[in-house]
Amino acid sequence: MHELSLMTAAMEQVQALAQRNGATRIHRIRMRVGALSGVVPEALEFAFETLKSGTPAAEATLEIERVPAIFHCAGCGKDLPLESVEFDCPECGGPLTLAGGGRELELADMEIS
Amino acid sequence: MCLDCGCNRPEGFSLHAFDREGKLADHEHPHDHEHPHAHDHPHDHAHAHDHAPHRSVTIAQPILGENDRIAERNRGFFLGRGIRAINLMSSPGAGKTALVAATLDRLASRTPAAVIVGDLQTLNDAERLRGRGAPVVQINTGSLCHLDASMVARALEGGAADGARLLFIENVGNLVCPAAFDLGESERVALFSVTEGEDKPLKYPSLFQTVRLVLLTKMDLAEATGFDRTAAEENIRRVAPDAQILALSSRTGQGLDAWLDYLGA
Repeated sequence: MHELSLMTAAMEQVQALAQRNGATRIHRIRMRVGALSGVVPEALEFAFETLKSGTPAAEATLEIERVPAIFHCAGCGKDLPLESVEFDCPECGGPLTLAGGGRELELADMEIS
Repeated sequence: MCLDCGCNRPEGFSLHAFDREGKLADHEHPHDHEHPHAHDHPHDHAHAHDHAPHRSVTIAQPILGENDRIAERNRGFFLGRGIRAINLMSSPGAGKTALVAATLDRLASRTPAAVIVGDLQTLNDAERLRGRGAPVVQINTGSLCHLDASMVARALEGGAADGARLLFIENVGNLVCPAAFDLGESERVALFSVTEGEDKPLKYPSLFQTVRLVLLTKMDLAEATGFDRTAAEENIRRVAPDAQILALSSRTGQGLDAWLDYLGA
């Protein structure tokens, strides 16, 4: 739902940083999006395509890295990286609890010139 | 149109503050900002730049870093003033406003409270909440599906929580986006009404996972809707094993004592 405002904030950040680095063009932007962030990568990409024209990132590509959430199984004791919320361990059927990760919404790096 | 100030701005952010007696104290429509957007697009790339080597720059910053920074400032404000700020989140129509109204009526003057309420449009919620002994600030987000930390900060700067021990922040009705925006609250509470179906927490786990307390609301309708409370509580525990659960009805008052105990009010 809020991918457009997220992308707007991201674009402001990368443009400011590109300017500080004396760059006039942004070629590639890499983002990390957690499985539990509530953000749909396709909607982010759509927002990016809409927002980039007329900016130094007009020709840039966006790469989105999905970050899994780590769930801990009380049954077999394993930590499992999962792409969505699961409640039962796929290996032993034990109850899973969220151990960390999955909420990332980060700008990782970018390529500029 | 706002009946108190006569403004007519259905679009964009606005803020209306009502004092303890329910009188309009202040309002602003900061959307008149003319976007100075200082990015002056050095578009004079005279092809010499085409030979500039591509460089990789590490950013490693949260996209909502600015929100998180302001949220931490809000959190410090609450800590410094001894205010317990509760971010109430639910789908639209789960009974957030009814709960806050019933809570304010019972708090009477025992515990000074304040309310910040967010909606896309209208002052309807503030109208329902004003005049109950607590100052109310209505934030209209325009088209945004959630409150963010800067909106709360602006309300706080205007005195929204002055003198309060308890601050209820009624978020925009939405079970997805508000979860991503830290407001600096002391804690998050999710409401889930008996008319929504027992599996709501399973469908929207990312919000329920962030709360300390889940309130089952509209319990007076439980029988009429065939609500299976055991199943609902099981589903909440699967998603949020550590969250406390209280069942209540703002209309009949059932369960409100336990809620007030929880609030320590």
